Amino acid sequence: MTEPQIARRFAPGDAVAVRMDTVRDPVGGHYRTPHYIRGKRGVVSQALGSYPNPELKAYGGDGLPRQPLYRVLFDQSDLWGSRYTGPAGDRLEIEIYDHWLEPA
Amino acid sequence: MSDDQDISVERDQDDPHAAQNTLSRYAMRIEALAELLDEKDIVSAREIEDSMHRMERSTPSNGAAIVARAWTDPAFKTQLMNDPQSVLDEMEIRLEHDPGLTILENTPDLHHVVVCTLCSCYPRRLLGRPPDWYKSLAYRKRVVVEPRNVISEFGYDVPEAVEVRVVDSSADMRYMVLPVRPDGTEDMTQEQLANLVTRDSLIGVNIPDSP
Repeated sequence: MTEPQIARRFAPGDAVAVRMDTVRDPVGGHYRTPHYIRGKRGVVSQALGSYPNPELKAYGGDGLPRQPLYRVLFDQSDLWGSRYTGPAGDRLEIEIYDHWLEPA
Repeated sequence: MSDDQDISVERDQDDPHAAQNTLSRYAMRIEALAELLDEKDIVSAREIEDSMHRMERSTPSNGAAIVARAWTDPAFKTQLMNDPQSVLDEMEIRLEHDPGLTILENTPDLHHVVVCTLCSCYPRRLLGRPPDWYKSLAYRKRVVVEPRNVISEFGYDVPEAVEVRVVDSSADMRYMVLPVRPDGTEDMTQEQLANLVTRDSLIGVNIPDSP
């Protein structure tokens, strides 16, 4: 793969936080990180390789450089607080691109 | 043409075939687009038709067959978990837009359920067309915050001791659940087992049928 790509910053087991702001906002609107996950802390469960950034591709760009994509695990109680009524061990896993994450 | 202009074709009230001459705004747009693509040699009418047929032919039976084989063939299961793409290649199944596939293995301690909160990502070539409820706002909003209630409404109460893990499929990966093999199926053939594997159990809102 010769396409330019951002270096992977995180590995499975790393604690991460999802950014609140939109760090890459050329035209605005098409985000692949849903609001309920923003500002939350989780743990990287898998690194999935890198993909053209869909938030740029949506507006006719080539999505380069490619963004590393991770699967990140969150405790449901950290996402919803007392709104979550299931047992403490329940979790949620979601794919998040590198530019939405920071070390936690 | 202004946006609010009614573009339905004028029709005679007395003409019994009139309804056939009336195309909705979107149907007209789609037809115009398809004609343009064909005219400009970008996508032929034949290719569009083939693609539609492929879509209609895809049913959850592809996913069910994979699950039944994984239950009975340990080497195949290892291959499926480690390199699901190679399984798709062997079965000549191509996921649309070529996203990756991840298999979520349920165990006696862990139950997965899949959603796409942002849109309706779904492994169509493996499971066929997504059911309407999968695309509904109600499912997408509720299953992330009250997964146990939603799964219960589909007919399965996940035991308290089992972790429920919601998997939000919102980017470049597609997911299929590998359910736990039901008890009492030790003597069943792969084909019989596949019949127990429902679409809902491959999404994780339920478990396979009992024998």
